Amino acid sequence: MARIMLEGIRHSYTATPRSETDWALKRLDLDFSDGGAYALLGPSGCGKTTLLNLISGLLRPTEGRILFDGRDVTGASPEARNIAQVFQFPVIYDTMTVYANLAFPLRNRGIAPADIDARVREIAAMLELEDMLDRRASGLTADGKQKISLGRGLVRADVNVIMFDEPLTVIDPHLKWVLRSKLKELHQRIRRTMIYVTHDQTEALTFADEVVVMNEGEVVQVGTPVELFERPHHTFVGHFIGSPGMNVLPCEMDGGVARFAGQPIQAVNAADVRPSGKRLELGVRPEFVSISAEGVPADIVRVLDAGRYRIVETRAGDSTIKLLAPEDEALPEGRTHLRFDPAHTCVYQDGWMVT
Amino acid sequence: MNKVVNHKAWLFVLPVVLLVAFNAIIPLMTVVNFSVQETFGDNVFFWAGLRWFEDVLNSERFHASLFRQILFTFLVLVIEVPLGLVIALAMPRKGFWVSVCLVLMALPLLIPWNVVGAMWNIMALPDIGLLGRGINALGIDFNYTRQPISAWFTVVLMDVWHWTSLVVLLCYAGLVSIPDAYYQAAKIDGARPWAVFRYIQLPKLKYVLTIAILLRFMDSFMIYTEVVVLTGGGPGNSTTFLSIDLVKAALGQFDLGPAAAMSLIYFLIILLFSWLFYTLMMRNDAR
Amino acid sequence: MAARSEAAAPGIVAARTRSGPLFRARYLIPAIYIIAVLLPIYWLLNMSFKTTNEILGSFTLWPQTFTLENYEKIFTDPTWYMGYVNSITYVVINTVISVSVALPAAYAFSRYRFLGDKHLFFWLLTNRMAPPAVFALPFLQLYSAVGLFDTPWAVALAHTLFNIPLAVWILEGFMSGVPKELDETAYVDGYSFWRFFFRIFMPTIAAGIGVACFFCFMFSWVELLLAKTLTSVAAKPIAATMTRTASTSGYELGLLAAAGSLTLIPGAIVIYFVRNYIAKGFALGRV
Repeated sequence: MARIMLEGIRHSYTATPRSETDWALKRLDLDFSDGGAYALLGPSGCGKTTLLNLISGLLRPTEGRILFDGRDVTGASPEARNIAQVFQFPVIYDTMTVYANLAFPLRNRGIAPADIDARVREIAAMLELEDMLDRRASGLTADGKQKISLGRGLVRADVNVIMFDEPLTVIDPHLKWVLRSKLKELHQRIRRTMIYVTHDQTEALTFADEVVVMNEGEVVQVGTPVELFERPHHTFVGHFIGSPGMNVLPCEMDGGVARFAGQPIQAVNAADVRPSGKRLELGVRPEFVSISAEGVPADIVRVLDAGRYRIVETRAGDSTIKLLAPEDEALPEGRTHLRFDPAHTCVYQDGWMVT
Repeated sequence: MNKVVNHKAWLFVLPVVLLVAFNAIIPLMTVVNFSVQETFGDNVFFWAGLRWFEDVLNSERFHASLFRQILFTFLVLVIEVPLGLVIALAMPRKGFWVSVCLVLMALPLLIPWNVVGAMWNIMALPDIGLLGRGINALGIDFNYTRQPISAWFTVVLMDVWHWTSLVVLLCYAGLVSIPDAYYQAAKIDGARPWAVFRYIQLPKLKYVLTIAILLRFMDSFMIYTEVVVLTGGGPGNSTTFLSIDLVKAALGQFDLGPAAAMSLIYFLIILLFSWLFYTLMMRNDAR
Repeated sequence: MAARSEAAAPGIVAARTRSGPLFRARYLIPAIYIIAVLLPIYWLLNMSFKTTNEILGSFTLWPQTFTLENYEKIFTDPTWYMGYVNSITYVVINTVISVSVALPAAYAFSRYRFLGDKHLFFWLLTNRMAPPAVFALPFLQLYSAVGLFDTPWAVALAHTLFNIPLAVWILEGFMSGVPKELDETAYVDGYSFWRFFFRIFMPTIAAGIGVACFFCFMFSWVELLLAKTLTSVAAKPIAATMTRTASTSGYELGLLAAAGSLTLIPGAIVIYFVRNYIAKGFALGRV
């Protein structure tokens, strides 16, 4: 169990980084509290796996320090940091039985066989593997093997943090949710710090108490799922989270009021906008756009049926605006007007929410 | 892959079948033909049944060369496979030096076999050869043209020099195909290097090792040119292996019958062992 | 939870090499092995630049009187350089034939199931296991009978017995790695089969074709029993010229060494070109 702090971390895979693009991780500082469930969410190549490997000790950061409970572990090996990691595909020792797999880390530490036995059985029960302990590990299904990988991490009683690198990648879709709920349940039970890396927002938002959204080697926003949804600090977060993502529309400021397509739009933070010449945008989620008698003029272009609601795609000038309409609501044809909920419309300057 | 049933695929396979059959079936028929017939010249043949086979299987000469062949193949396997594995394990996994190593190591594999034999022939000469002179300088009396032990030593050393690289390349390819995650997990689990070898590397190398052993077995059992150029089968017939004996009989003495019978027995031995290995490999695949 | 991220501020860049320490103790093992591999090759080159007198007369680690006369002789005497030309000729013919007929056959094995396909595949592989010595005499008779004796075609065709199965095996492995969806998409897009095969499929398996060509070249270039048996004067490979020199003119060692050294060149060139594919080809384990 540990509180993990990352100070001034920067990482590059090249020996002598010269330009911005050489840095896989730009400068960041993060603080993971003890026993929390975190997700590192972002598109491929954003640096989340790099960050994970820095925390686990499989990589040494080019710059910065990593602290576990105040102890500097920047130079420590993964074994010394006492971490566990579950990889994208199941990593098990094929020639050993399930029991031997789970016992392996404990045997390497020279723990007494009786204690090993007790612990292995305890973890096996937790993961519903007790019936398979004597089977060869290579004979299990993909999700069974991932459980073994997870078990090897849990079997050490003093493990500081458990890390998951897109662990559901090879699992069958209908088993994914079973495993996901298992992981959440496990976290409630054992209260260890868990860090889950994924590019799938559903996985991140359902598992984590706090999500770290990353893009291009930078941390864009950290917050609870609700915060990320309602108050995205960056247009990227708005885009990436939610399905469909947030509408991002170009706008101008006219005397303290935001204007889009010639219409004044009320926004939460309009008053805080300082003129600076940077690109201005309005962000509003489809959930908070509605059809009304007056407002922004737009033409309905397409209606997609998404089950219990419909995604209505409209065009206003050069911009596409999406909104969600309930299943049974009657929709007008062609030209209509849209209203943006003022409480959920924000102005963004150069991508960042104005505060 | 889900394969579609399509008998027209035979058209695609036809050129291959024709060429290989031309080269395989007709000669084999000739060999079988000769093996069951006897001739006193003038193209007159008499049915001889299994006589040649019995003769060969009972002959001292065949037993001797078979024994020498088995000993040679055994020595070669026992040295080359572990050695190749050790070298592959010791090689760097990434970086610039890897290609350099692989290219340099592959050189012996592309030298015409007679040149290989000639190189070692000269190198092992007691007075002017690097190896021969070197060993004699150590005080050991070494002359491969006169002493069977020295001849064997040189022949085995030549083969090790020639073919270990094949084992290295195979094992190395197998090693680099092991995903990093396994090594990372082992680090996290606190595994010692020996445990990493035993539980991760060795199991994942089973396939390539089987192929390496199979290939080295087959090719060393068929060895001809290098040995002939190096020792001519001598001194005496101390290094006369099966191929050499067969060629002597067939092309040298034109004992068609016995040579043909021996050919078939020879081929069958290799087929038998290769089939054993092949099934082992396929069982590995199915797993 | 606190977090802050800024655009990179100038900081102290720690210059550490990312691919690991430059030198680990265990790298000594492949290093020593490579030195051992290069030693006989060095010795051969060494001798090729000496006069035969110097070789026989004294033991020197490098040429005391450096001479190019051995190489001159080879480049100016047709009996010598034609040997190389003949060898390269049949190797190239063989590689072209083997890979060309193997391509459609491998495709069939990879994509279709047809009557007898598994048995056919296995039969093909058994030919790789055939000892050349068994075929020496039968081939001699066969190719004389069809009038191809002493032509590069005889050797090229004879070698296809071993190389076609090899090429089919290697290509099938690579082709099976390409999903059938590629073929289906091409048909949907309106490609005829052959257009698809040449313009889409073959580029996709280019690495496999390279590996197959490499191994065909290798086995044909180094195999000499059949090459010598099936030729006499006109199509005589360099190996025959070399062995003839050794026996008749009584050890013109310098010349022999130069001839041998030159045979290293085609091999080295080929390895250089496929060096990136070597690991991949061996990785399939289909040598």
